[in-house]
Amino acid sequence: MSTRLITALLASIPLAASAQSQLNLTQGVTEISQRVYDLHMTIFYICCVIGVIVFGAMFVSMILHRKSKGHKPATFHENVKVEILWTVIPFLILVGMAIPATKTLFAMEDASEAEVTVLVTGSQWKWHYKYFDRDVEFFSLLATRQDQINNRLDKGENYLLEVDRPLVIPTDTKVRFLVTSDDVIHSWWVPDFAVKKDANPGFINEAWTKVDKPGIYRGQCAELCGKDHGFMPVVVIAKEPAEYEAWISEQEAIAKAEKEEEQRLLSMSMSKEELMELGERIYLGSCAACHQANGEGIPGVFPSLKGTEMVMNDKAGHIDIVVNGKAGTAMQAFGNQLSLRELAAVITYERNAWGNDTGDLIQAADVNDYLNN
Amino acid sequence: MSTVAGEMDHHDHHHHAPSGITRWLFTTNHKDIGSMYLWFSFIMFLVGGSMAMVIRAELFQPGLQLVDPHFFNQMTTVHGLIMVFGAVMPAFTGLANWMVPMMIGAPDMALPRMNNWSFWILPFAFAILLASLFMEGGGPAFGWTFYAPLSTTYSSDSTALFVFSVHIMGISSIMGAINVIVTIMNMRAPGMTYMKMPLFVWTWFITAFLLIAVMPVLAGAVTMVLTDKYFGTSFFDAAGGGDPVLFQHIFWFFGHPEVYIMILPSFGIISAIIPAFSRKKLFGYSSMVYATAAIAGLSFIVWAHHMFTTGMPVAAEIFFMYATMLISVPTGVKVFNWVATMWRGSISFETPMLFALAFVILFTIGGFSGLMLAITPVDFQYHDTYFVVAHFHYVLVSGAIFSIMAAAYYWLPKWTGYMYDETLAKWHFWCSLISVNVLFFPMHFAGLAGMPRRIPDYSLQFADINQIVSIGGFAFGLSQLIFLWVVIKCVRGGEKAPAKPWEGAEGLEWTVPSPAPYHTFETPPEVK
Repeated sequence: MSTRLITALLASIPLAASAQSQLNLTQGVTEISQRVYDLHMTIFYICCVIGVIVFGAMFVSMILHRKSKGHKPATFHENVKVEILWTVIPFLILVGMAIPATKTLFAMEDASEAEVTVLVTGSQWKWHYKYFDRDVEFFSLLATRQDQINNRLDKGENYLLEVDRPLVIPTDTKVRFLVTSDDVIHSWWVPDFAVKKDANPGFINEAWTKVDKPGIYRGQCAELCGKDHGFMPVVVIAKEPAEYEAWISEQEAIAKAEKEEEQRLLSMSMSKEELMELGERIYLGSCAACHQANGEGIPGVFPSLKGTEMVMNDKAGHIDIVVNGKAGTAMQAFGNQLSLRELAAVITYERNAWGNDTGDLIQAADVNDYLNN
Repeated sequence: MSTVAGEMDHHDHHHHAPSGITRWLFTTNHKDIGSMYLWFSFIMFLVGGSMAMVIRAELFQPGLQLVDPHFFNQMTTVHGLIMVFGAVMPAFTGLANWMVPMMIGAPDMALPRMNNWSFWILPFAFAILLASLFMEGGGPAFGWTFYAPLSTTYSSDSTALFVFSVHIMGISSIMGAINVIVTIMNMRAPGMTYMKMPLFVWTWFITAFLLIAVMPVLAGAVTMVLTDKYFGTSFFDAAGGGDPVLFQHIFWFFGHPEVYIMILPSFGIISAIIPAFSRKKLFGYSSMVYATAAIAGLSFIVWAHHMFTTGMPVAAEIFFMYATMLISVPTGVKVFNWVATMWRGSISFETPMLFALAFVILFTIGGFSGLMLAITPVDFQYHDTYFVVAHFHYVLVSGAIFSIMAAAYYWLPKWTGYMYDETLAKWHFWCSLISVNVLFFPMHFAGLAGMPRRIPDYSLQFADINQIVSIGGFAFGLSQLIFLWVVIKCVRGGEKAPAKPWEGAEGLEWTVPSPAPYHTFETPPEVK
């Protein structure tokens, strides 16, 4: 422990001296983020100058005008000229700051003439991306394993900043984000784009970016959105337009194939082993954040699934709540988040795990009935 | 003055105060009530502080070690609520109770029974809030700002207790504010015109108006949260025609004046202490008064700078940016006036002065980051990161709380009749000063580098900074135990304090003996 402390303290010394990217705002990879950075540094320097003057005067006074040195107090206590001066000068400095700030703000808020539009929807605790004019949409979940968070495995390089399916956007293209939410307020933030926009349920906000450099850019949800607020990162991959075009076409083809596969599978049955295995995986990814890995939930916040009435007896109700969610609660509709197989598997898993042992096997076809309601 | 003191002795002989617990339960004496407020706020400071220790312990290393994220959110929420409503505000009310009547030459507060009640409902409010932590589903976990719909549809049933306790805190604050206003308007000694009042009285006078203006707005906000959650209304639910952003407008219309409620009395305290230890009159008294009024006025038209990322129209963003930047003008005037007061004075460095000087510097640093946050385009980057956490802890801890410490040391001799232990107090100061900066300064860097606030776990790049911050946090927490030690020691005895222990101090409170008799100024003093 103590060696760790010392290491941490020592580490802070070179950290403070170098590694600007670690301690300062990012300059980012867009024209806007560069302007924001410049504005930040300008105002920071102005504050430093004012600070040096004000604190300098204080320290001079503290050193020279002390009683222990026998300094006798002066008697002045007002001076209208000086007082007007130090009201007017700060005001002029503010005007000087306001001009570039206003210009940058206008540039940031102009989302017109975007070439690509992505609908970004936050929900507890994941992001959903849907490309306009393209048949591609998907959820983006934290990819860091629970064992890393609980310190049972070593933490990877991008700990808590990695997702299963990143958003992909083209470089040198104006990309517009329409940001909204399915439940509470979230905030979609990518520091390298200088884009942070609240996702408000029932309303749509607009933001945009035009990325100069291909790369992987990471951010996080910035608005407290409940228990796993710290665990819903944003990862955006910027690709050259041609590569992007190839990627999105491929995604469209995959999505189409998946839908056809889904229809074909309706007539097939899965074995209990298959259902339970897939179900556990889906449960840990999509359900355990609230209902917990042991199915017991958090009393008073998230209901238990272990031995409860709905899980044990009400099959129809169980499928319905998983597929369609429950209005007015944190229970989301998973019908559009998971495939029919996955839904069937996770419901089967819940009805048979943790000693529930109902023996019920739910198949894709059973779920499909509720989806179409 | 000796005649006044003699008269008071005479009165004390005829005073039949109940003894034991009933003295404190039934007291209508402003000094007793002031002491209770101060002790209560200190206890709350330790309770809220211990929650901060839980937060810092969890954040000491990446990964989840001690608490689960749901409990972590309860800690950040209740820490904030307790520090704002339980520590800082009652401490100022306690100081107002003790000092305002003594500073204006009044015998007591104007409405003493209400004074008793406004204190005694507070412990119940906080008992309810703390009890909610033990409910099934835990206490409030939606941040002290309780944004809807996280606090409505998605909260646990402790929300009802939270709402009730905030209502009680609000009632207490409003009653306290009414009392201060009525006292100042009606009970000033002959000759004590408004423009002769000490600045602590002035700043509290203005603060009290702010309280009366905005506490009902907070009450409205929590009531709407309650009805949205339990009675089917849709103030903040788009599905029913409401708007979750409306909540933020209402909350911050309360919340921004609220942050000035927590800093204006500090300005008054500092304006008393710096002249006293510079042995020189306060520079620019009237501009101090006008600057305070200007800050209070502006506080009503800047609320939406907390909400730049909610998707406001550009015109609104521009308005709130400009209005917010404007606040730095009157605030700057105050800082310049304090420096000018020190200039060519005869300065000595007793503990109240040390805390006051630290206040000026550290509060100004908080002001700088505040100015940076006002700039909308960069606020998009700073918003909801540790940069904001650093900013408001600089103005609230090394600002408001340092000023309360300064006030406590400044007036302890008057309250207890004994001088505090200067050596220990200096230990308290230096430990606090160093640790508070180790605690909060690196948070600026964490925020700029992209660490969001209110997260129980973070990516590895923030590990070093958080470890340093946590060490600073534990040190700051422990340092406050020195303060407790100094105060208890001072209450129990020590060197006898004269009526005016500070050479350069001015004001009526120094004309009465130390400790101040139970009843002061039953015959009003003459102010020339």
